[in-house]
Amino acid sequence: MDDEVLIAQDLKKHFVIGYESLMNRRPITVKAVDGVSFRVRRGETLGLVGESGSGKSTIAYMTVGMVQPSGGTLLFRGQDLFANGLKRALPLRKEIQIVFQDPGSSLNPRRTIQQILELPLRIHAPGKDLGQEVVRLLDLVDLPPEYMHKYPQMLSGGEKQIVAIARALATNPSLVILDEPTSALDVSVQGKIINLLIRLQREFDLTYLFITHDLSLMRNVASRVAIMYLGRICEVADAAEFFQFPQHPYTQMLLSSIPVVSEAEEAVKPKKIISTGEIPSPVNLPKGCSFHTRCPQVMDICKHVDPILVGTSAGHTARCHLFEQPVEVTAQGWPT
Amino acid sequence: MSLSAPPRLLEVKDLSVHFKVYSGVLKVLDGVTFSVDAGEKVGLVGETGCGKTTTMKAILRILPIPPAVVPRGEILFQGEDLLRMRPDQMRQVRGPGISMVFQDPTASLNPVFTIGEQLGPVIRYSAPENRGLSRRQIRQKALIPLQDVALADPERLLDAYPIQLSGGMRQRVCIGMALATNPELLIADEPGTSLDVTIQDQVIRLLGELVERKRTSVILITHSLGVVREMTDRVYVMYAGNMVEVAPTRRLFANPLHPYTRGLMEAVPKLTGGGMAMGIPGRLPSYQHPPSGCRFHTRCPHVMPVCRREKPPFFQAEAGHQAACFLYSPEAERHRNEAQA
Amino acid sequence: MAKQGKVEKLAPPITRQYVRELQRQNRMENLGRGWYKFSRNPLSILGAAMVLLVTLLAIFAPWVAPHPDHAEPFTDFGHAHLPPSLEYPFGTDEIGRDILSRVIFGFRLSLWMGVVVLALVVPVGVLLGLIAGYAQGTRVDTIIMRLTDVFLAVPPLILALAIASVLKPNLTNSMVAVSLMWWPWYTRLVYGLASTLRNEFFVSSAETMGASTAHILFRELLPNMISPIFTKMSLDMGWVIIIGSMLSFVGLGVQEPTPALGTMVAKGARFLPDQWWVSIFPALAIVAVVLGFNLLGDGLRDLFAGEEV
Repeated sequence: MDDEVLIAQDLKKHFVIGYESLMNRRPITVKAVDGVSFRVRRGETLGLVGESGSGKSTIAYMTVGMVQPSGGTLLFRGQDLFANGLKRALPLRKEIQIVFQDPGSSLNPRRTIQQILELPLRIHAPGKDLGQEVVRLLDLVDLPPEYMHKYPQMLSGGEKQIVAIARALATNPSLVILDEPTSALDVSVQGKIINLLIRLQREFDLTYLFITHDLSLMRNVASRVAIMYLGRICEVADAAEFFQFPQHPYTQMLLSSIPVVSEAEEAVKPKKIISTGEIPSPVNLPKGCSFHTRCPQVMDICKHVDPILVGTSAGHTARCHLFEQPVEVTAQGWPT
Repeated sequence: MSLSAPPRLLEVKDLSVHFKVYSGVLKVLDGVTFSVDAGEKVGLVGETGCGKTTTMKAILRILPIPPAVVPRGEILFQGEDLLRMRPDQMRQVRGPGISMVFQDPTASLNPVFTIGEQLGPVIRYSAPENRGLSRRQIRQKALIPLQDVALADPERLLDAYPIQLSGGMRQRVCIGMALATNPELLIADEPGTSLDVTIQDQVIRLLGELVERKRTSVILITHSLGVVREMTDRVYVMYAGNMVEVAPTRRLFANPLHPYTRGLMEAVPKLTGGGMAMGIPGRLPSYQHPPSGCRFHTRCPHVMPVCRREKPPFFQAEAGHQAACFLYSPEAERHRNEAQA
Repeated sequence: MAKQGKVEKLAPPITRQYVRELQRQNRMENLGRGWYKFSRNPLSILGAAMVLLVTLLAIFAPWVAPHPDHAEPFTDFGHAHLPPSLEYPFGTDEIGRDILSRVIFGFRLSLWMGVVVLALVVPVGVLLGLIAGYAQGTRVDTIIMRLTDVFLAVPPLILALAIASVLKPNLTNSMVAVSLMWWPWYTRLVYGLASTLRNEFFVSSAETMGASTAHILFRELLPNMISPIFTKMSLDMGWVIIIGSMLSFVGLGVQEPTPALGTMVAKGARFLPDQWWVSIFPALAIVAVVLGFNLLGDGLRDLFAGEEV
């Protein structure tokens, strides 16, 4: 139990985006996250992978308390994170920190690096020598101390993201949510950031929930991978197993769509699956399995019955009828 | 290449573009030379701020002047220098000669007009014989580019507003629109970057098939080595306003020569695993005070004294494969010895 | 790599002088860039020069004006209605007072009015806008913004007239009247800015760390709005001066013999067109002040436009 830092059970977030009509006040909702369960173990990096609209960022925002779930629970070391709604006690805030995607937006352009790094220290470590602590934080991420007097726009994109990482570490957290931390950056600086994150994880025994759309990156960083599609998790596995034996047709399509740079990589990709169709709108989810509109292996049952997550091998689960026991068809048709 | 070879479709020679700003002059493009043959798919790869978009804007003559200035260079399109054309001649080139697909399809379609309303004028001015056609005939013709990009139900799409389409569909509309004029050359600036992986894969594949069928030449501008590898015949690598390497796509990926290209290749996370490389140390130099000699020497692991003194020309390593690096100069040995001394 | 890091750490010791030097360099660089952009537009320079001149004249009025005593109760019928001359460059009015001197003292009053009104209006308007914008979608937002709508719906001049006529017509009351109708514009401006900025991730970041609302309003949001607020203030100086002059013109502002530009235009209008100088020079003075502030405001807007992030 102690081993599992974060547990999500049937987590849901439905955003109301409007009403049917003036008369009919039935809300139109977007099911950004629709019944997601996962566990993050201490010291691991769980890669939460999905395309835009898959709900991966909403999960990140719920974990740090920016968004209130509409259903389900989110437990941090056994404590319900939403016991008091969005109000969260400081000790709990201290434990969970986030690094956002775009450092241009996550660092206030009118505040110096020193002011930015001092904020978490003022709140969570009052009484410490702030100047000294800021220098220590910069040192931790290999930035020279004179950076404390600079404004974010004087820094390169990579350096800004390093500052954002230092800010997340200021409270000495145990769980860090990384929301696409390198996707706004050039590939030549990505390695530096990722290696810094890996080093810090080892030094401070951090647990990472790594939100991304980049499977190649996860191959090199994640210890486990969860794939999301339209608000649901459709496959979870240990990274090694996951990349060797991808199960869900969506995962296979995703992997085979990745543009790679070498023959060796071409060889480990699943054989070419021509990606077809558009991602359905999350307002109007398809009936049955939400992937059936694009699935190359679609069966009749997929159009009617929503599959459940089932174990396919040790530590590997997938949400697909291909791996379920055949369902009995009654005279009335498919069970709905 | 023999002397009697036909003129290249596009030939950019020694192009320099500077920007005058508060703090001085930014020497963004510094003698860029490259060419595109008829029917060829050429990739232009580089990272943010390397000058690839500036190059494209210079070709289309859409650079903001001022602050931009073009101190020297030639852009020969079918043998004529675009830089010396009058604006009305240039309008003749844009469209039937060169057309564009931009990164963000949302921004390149006007949200208040339907697809048909935006496609109509493109069709009308794409060929002289189309000028006199009726609205109905134009509408009929407008279906073709939509069918070309494999959009279902094109008839209904003509009456749709861009907001009713998904990102992938919008980008396909943009591609259809750009190719509707049957241009000689298509410049695609990061056409898949704003899309999801599976959709990007669709769009890039479609673009590749379409230009193949229409025998259109393409310049694909992107930061993604993977996309370039899938789609192009030949690749130019750009760094800090210079072309640093050119090679047939297969050769480049099998055997990158320039230290920058190598660093870039190593930095890409691999599906085969094995951890992340550290990437390329340092950062892009300032364009106001670019490094002397080779602009990459400040970050290069193989830097030699000559790199700080002279700007390296292209050295031929094998047929069609050239790198602007003194490591591949015939005198490389001497340069290395100098470094040791 | 690691070794290199160590060397860097030993490099310059962060003494207090070193830190100050860094900050000074940053400030000089920003100033230089700002001046460059500002100075590229000759009209902004002109505006700034006019504002500076008027301000200096206003401050040093008793020493600059040729006849400072003419701003006080004073009559000299022997010199009434003199046309512009060397002695009286703007001529004299119906009781023999030097119009130039009274215009210079009139600047004093106009500027004073502008400064006081903005000093009252800006803090209130900005604070309410910040609160409403940050609380967008809540009841606080609704209450504040509907209140501003109510104030904006009242025709401004009528409100001012009503207040000035119920209370005694004097400078203080006309400033109160103008202030009452002016704050909602700042609330609106700041509301719009705050409701966009609050979606920036630096705000989310501060929130998830548990920062106080005061911190978010004044340390995270406000510093990002300084430029538009200052630009509006400069443009508004001109407007407040015009409104003040209008109130004086209709007799609800400053009373004789205190020299107010609006009153002077009004009183002088009776002598048009023969003794044109009595009202035209004060009118031109109003134009000059307002134009100066407007040009300066435009210049400031250009100046800030580039550094928006």
